[in-house]
Amino acid sequence: MGKKIEILDVDSKQIMDDIKKAASPPEDVEHWVTIYVMGKPYRVPAGLTIMKALEYAGYRFIRSSGCRAGFCGACATVYRKKGEYRFRTALACQTTVEDGMYLSQIPFVPANKATYDLDKIEPTPTTLLEYYPEIARCVSCNTCTKACPQELDVMYYIQYAIRGDIKKVAELSFDCIQCGLCSLRCPAEIQHYHMAQFARRLYGKYYQPKSKWLARRLKEIESGMYEKPFENLAKLRENPEEFKSLYYKILYEGREKEEKLIEDPLELMGED
Amino acid sequence: MTLKLIDGYPEYMRESIEMVEKTRDQRIKEKEKEKELALSDEEREEVLSKFHPDYAPGGKRKLRVGVNQGEIVPNEVADILEAWPALNPDEVDLNDIDYDVDVLVIGGGGAGTVAALWANYEGVPAENILIATKLRHGDANSMMAQGGIQAADRPWDSPIIHYMDVLGGGHFANKHELVKALTEDAPKIIKWHEELGVMYDKDEKGNFIERWGGGTSRRRMHSAKDYTGMEIMRVIRDEARNREIPVLEFSPAVELITTEDGEIGGAILWNMETKEYYVVRAKSTVLATGGWGRLHIRGFPTTNHYGATADGLVMAYRAGARLRDLESVQYHPTGAAYPEQIVGLLITEKVRTMGATPVNKYGERFVFPLEPRDVEASMFIRECFGKGNCVKTPTGMRGVWLDSPMIEELQGEGAIRKNLDAMYRMYKRFGIDMTKDPILVFPTLHYQNGGVEINANAQVLRGDGSPYPRFFAGGEVEGGVHGKNRLMGNSLLDYNVFGRRAGISAAKVARSTGKPGKLTLKHVKLFTEEVKKINVPPERRSPILLPDYRGKRVLARKIDLPVMQ
Repeated sequence: MGKKIEILDVDSKQIMDDIKKAASPPEDVEHWVTIYVMGKPYRVPAGLTIMKALEYAGYRFIRSSGCRAGFCGACATVYRKKGEYRFRTALACQTTVEDGMYLSQIPFVPANKATYDLDKIEPTPTTLLEYYPEIARCVSCNTCTKACPQELDVMYYIQYAIRGDIKKVAELSFDCIQCGLCSLRCPAEIQHYHMAQFARRLYGKYYQPKSKWLARRLKEIESGMYEKPFENLAKLRENPEEFKSLYYKILYEGREKEEKLIEDPLELMGED
Repeated sequence: MTLKLIDGYPEYMRESIEMVEKTRDQRIKEKEKEKELALSDEEREEVLSKFHPDYAPGGKRKLRVGVNQGEIVPNEVADILEAWPALNPDEVDLNDIDYDVDVLVIGGGGAGTVAALWANYEGVPAENILIATKLRHGDANSMMAQGGIQAADRPWDSPIIHYMDVLGGGHFANKHELVKALTEDAPKIIKWHEELGVMYDKDEKGNFIERWGGGTSRRRMHSAKDYTGMEIMRVIRDEARNREIPVLEFSPAVELITTEDGEIGGAILWNMETKEYYVVRAKSTVLATGGWGRLHIRGFPTTNHYGATADGLVMAYRAGARLRDLESVQYHPTGAAYPEQIVGLLITEKVRTMGATPVNKYGERFVFPLEPRDVEASMFIRECFGKGNCVKTPTGMRGVWLDSPMIEELQGEGAIRKNLDAMYRMYKRFGIDMTKDPILVFPTLHYQNGGVEINANAQVLRGDGSPYPRFFAGGEVEGGVHGKNRLMGNSLLDYNVFGRRAGISAAKVARSTGKPGKLTLKHVKLFTEEVKKINVPPERRSPILLPDYRGKRVLARKIDLPVMQ
């Protein structure tokens, strides 16, 4: 005991209270900005995200709030700044409010997804066009790319889709959060994010090679070879101290062992 | 804002960053030696007992009603379990059934979607399935998981070793049959994902690129950049849409329906937009409502999505289900502590597995980066509040550095953009370049370790331990799998394994039985009687459905006029 860490004498409850205080938003607001929520002005603390600012102003979301961390696309927002012609897009949970923003939340994006049985498709360079023929209407205006809050090269992946390069579509669209802003802005009425989802699944299923180790492990499990060891473990748990020491042994030795294994593990197949 | 920022950080924080930069080369050279910092069992106990929020006094109390009466849970959880039912049973007509289905799935996140798919694979026609969900289909913590999913599929790993890791992480309190199911099904789940076209990170031979996770003895973390949860969720959602499984969005369940013969027979849904209710009768009901992050236990910020308010716990508890391991809360060691806009949001464990080391204000390492989460989080709190070696932000948050530029040095330039693009993007939005500067982190409320107790068939257990034949649960709402602490990469796995098992079990019931017995909400009335006996303020009602973040001034001036109701 005390080899790596010294023993500290502390008041744990006080620490928790201090954490709670540290994590609460500060009471005094020094700087304010004025935002316009669907045209109505509200004074809100500077430095909040658009989402938190709307809540501060008294709005309680049912729609337009999901993960609140930039992963789900629920909080697509469109806005202009006072005196600017430019039309802007953002995720409300990932964008700081600025003075003079005219904001509107997008509660829903109407878009149609093609339905398909992935198992029955043999992907060819025209597959994407067959299911989403409207991609051919792309006029290369780049509005989709400008609208993308993830800053993806949306227009590029549409062009690759037209050319039938499924891999490129999959890679370029991978970080898509499916907020739908591209499709809302597109003059050619393309449903980019649904098409890209289709391309990624085709790529994952038909172009990425399958794992051989995984196949081997599945065979092992099917053969029932782990049943006995699992039973033994259940029994061993009746002796908690012994079980614990086995756990720490595996944990520490495992880390050592793993580090020493070579990078091309296929050569190790059958070794253990 | 007047505070002057240099590449996203105020000047005084820059001074600490300089110290981090000074020790970086040496720390990279000695990266291998970090293992020596790993704590022994005794040391883990010392740190947990003093610095983990679960162990610190003042945060919990005994439940005064229901099956688990007398057991200790966090105050915020007791508040919603000991609350008045939001729904008045007398206002509902159970004879007027809106949806009469084979399988009702409550919750449209990962577990719910997997359950619906497998019920469908097992022969329940799509039109006889109904997914009811509070927000949109896919609005769930499943979408947000970044780091990965565990499965022991490499030759020198095995489900048995995976099992041991799960047990150790869970303080040996996990239920055997559930951990066995979790670790043994894991490779099957990954295979299923391969067939569905989930784009996992693979090498050119098709084998998965697998990384470390905290508390694991092997590399078995499968990932899809740092969008692993999103990639899996959007693929299974796409598949559910292909199969045309009906989904009712913005229509959460607010109470389960029981039957005269003591079963679960469906649920009452509430359309949040029109305020009308729907009666759903179902041969089998799957609970997949997720966890409790938005209860902000002990005032912590959270990584969780907007709807994580533990509605499922509340409904199941009133219906007589048994809960377990609810006294243990998972705090993720690395939530963002700066900038203020993203406080509490998840910094994936993958940042550490890729080589970033946590260091204090002076640039010193103080912890093995890959301890189980509760231990790692406690060590961070210890460094900040026990030793004071932390950086204070302009809004009063405290944190330690996660030295992300190390990743570029250890794994090659561009490694962050390639593997941690979501993280990079998030910081970039607020002016910080994590390839060049470290990021400030502090533990954040992350996961509900326990929940509604189930068995290996995903059947929910009653107070007396007997399973409900028609009631199943999967995902974060259920408990017993992770014991008292979940390891990284086992939550995505959990919802897939037990969502699948719940779907298969639900289909079996749907195929082999008739309609459930006479529907009733008697259990709600009985529960109300119990609540009457203890002192509960009249405004405390549950399920709460959504947290309330409206400004104080607005709420102080809010009045309801008796018109337009």
